[in-house]
Amino acid sequence: MFTGNNNRTYNPRRYPGFLFITLVCLLILYAPLLVVMGYSFNDNLSITKWSGFSLRWYTDVFTGPEAAKFKKAAWNSLSIALSAALVATSFATAAAIGMVRGGAFNGKTLSFGLISIPIMVPEIVTAVAMLIFFSMIGLKLGYLSILIAHIVFCIPFAYLPISARLQGIEASFEEAAQDLYADRWKAFRYVLMPLMLPGMLSGFLLAFIISLDDFIITNFIKGAGVETLPTAIFGAVKQGIKPNIMALSTLMLLFSVLLVSLSYFIGRTDKEKNDAN
Amino acid sequence: MNSIPTAVSIRAVAKHFGQFVAIREMSFDIADNEFFTLLGPSGCGKTTLLRIIAGFENTTSGTVLLFNEELKNLPPNQRPVNTVFQNYALFPHMSVANNIGFGLHMLGWSRKDIDDRVDQMVKTVRLEEFINRKPAQLSGGQQQRVALARAMAPKPKVLLLDEPLSALDLKLRQQMRAELKALQKETGITFIFVTHDQEEALTMSDRIAVMSAGEVQQIGSPSEVYEQPASRFVAEFIGDTNLLDASVVSAQSNQHNQVDVKLDSGECIPATAASPHALENGARGHLSIRPEHITLNALSTTNDLAGTIRNTTYLGTDTQYEIKLDSGVNLFTRTQNSGNQQHNFSIGNKVNVSFAPNSARFLSH
Repeated sequence: MFTGNNNRTYNPRRYPGFLFITLVCLLILYAPLLVVMGYSFNDNLSITKWSGFSLRWYTDVFTGPEAAKFKKAAWNSLSIALSAALVATSFATAAAIGMVRGGAFNGKTLSFGLISIPIMVPEIVTAVAMLIFFSMIGLKLGYLSILIAHIVFCIPFAYLPISARLQGIEASFEEAAQDLYADRWKAFRYVLMPLMLPGMLSGFLLAFIISLDDFIITNFIKGAGVETLPTAIFGAVKQGIKPNIMALSTLMLLFSVLLVSLSYFIGRTDKEKNDAN
Repeated sequence: MNSIPTAVSIRAVAKHFGQFVAIREMSFDIADNEFFTLLGPSGCGKTTLLRIIAGFENTTSGTVLLFNEELKNLPPNQRPVNTVFQNYALFPHMSVANNIGFGLHMLGWSRKDIDDRVDQMVKTVRLEEFINRKPAQLSGGQQQRVALARAMAPKPKVLLLDEPLSALDLKLRQQMRAELKALQKETGITFIFVTHDQEEALTMSDRIAVMSAGEVQQIGSPSEVYEQPASRFVAEFIGDTNLLDASVVSAQSNQHNQVDVKLDSGECIPATAASPHALENGARGHLSIRPEHITLNALSTTNDLAGTIRNTTYLGTDTQYEIKLDSGVNLFTRTQNSGNQQHNFSIGNKVNVSFAPNSARFLSH
């Protein structure tokens, strides 16, 4: 393509006001986050009045009056996210192998739909449905109900990168392994899994973030007394926003950005490797 | 009984994929130590047959015997055969050494035995200095050698090769042909080699099974399938040939299947019938004559076939002539360039055409 002075080339950068619109969009997207991050370092009880740089609200998160509550919620969030992502990744891996390697079977399209539709279902619907379902089967709401719900809604998110990865792996690798005396498990363990690993890691990290971040479903089915970080923050905000919430939110944001970047880099280096071949 | 044991016995094997018949019922034996080639165009069922022997596909009916033991439902990992895949399927996350040692590792060999065998194999395929490389860091020819070494390391009774040379460039392909053939003689392993390349098949094989549309057309040594094609398909698929419509005028009942046939253009020609069955007078078919079996002479008074040179093509070692016989039939011939000028003809020259009766194969419909 010619990108020089060719009038027919569609180049949005040449449109008047392009830079201005871009900056406005970026501002709307990121200004609230920047405000939260900036004011988390504010040495003032007021959330709007700046009175100098301080780390007191970060100290407050870890040692203040609400520290015990946050610590418990953080522990719940992390342990649930870790377990849910692990279980969801295993289920998604099995599903991907069945779907991609299972050949043609009746209801394949339907199965794919059933796996991916939960991503599109409004969360509030899932939340209400799960609440009704759990009370119907008599499951006591609490840590376990949150964990089960998180595993379920994480599976489709884990499934997508794993199945995408598996589709790029030729079946002849597994055939070669089996031809060289590996049974099905060993062919998976020594050949297929190492090749799928980048997809599995991406799926795991995505599921982990989704679980860590979930508020609506968790809020419905958490039961009394069990909090995750998002529900704890929501609870605290209801009593009025204190700057320690901003510090906590900033910490969560950093953690999420870290994980997403990690997931991105795993996916990217893998793609580069494939391009090199 | 034959003194050479049978390595693989294909017994009434058929394979259907739904409505599609990949292999019609076929039976034949492959001898131990043999370099056996399945030759045919794509879609003829040769790769399917290889995958049945390897255990990746089940037969619809019939059985495969390996050294007289039935293989029918054994999974691939329990069959003492190994495969060299068309795209090599080298494990990209493993070094050359680990690729070659993979089968041995799965068989439960000790670390030391694996190392010794891997050393031996990399020496055999001359890849000593690449042992720690990953497959992506090797050239196509080197990857090919790793695939061979990996498949041969567990000392399989039969080695299956699925178009292993098709990804290489011409020069390397010719070199690998000789190496493969030498490797097969050296190790004594039975090779079953799948290819669509007739030159590969002719230069390497002890015997060739020519396949088409799920059926074996002919099994024989390279010279048999070339010199004595059993059907029109074999005559056309292997090498070049002149195919002329003809019918039998006198079927002699004596030996050698000698028949006299009459071309549709009118000439009567003594020929050899490819069919072992007695032919009736009037049976229709094709006369196949290889271009290099035809001799050209300057026109004389003998009543040989006479014609005119229509075109000449210089091919280096040979010259190809297109000849129109007086009856209107077109033939092409190939004459080796000996450097002797008197054998050269030019466009418009009148010539006599002659060939031995056993060079004219009558292939009945």
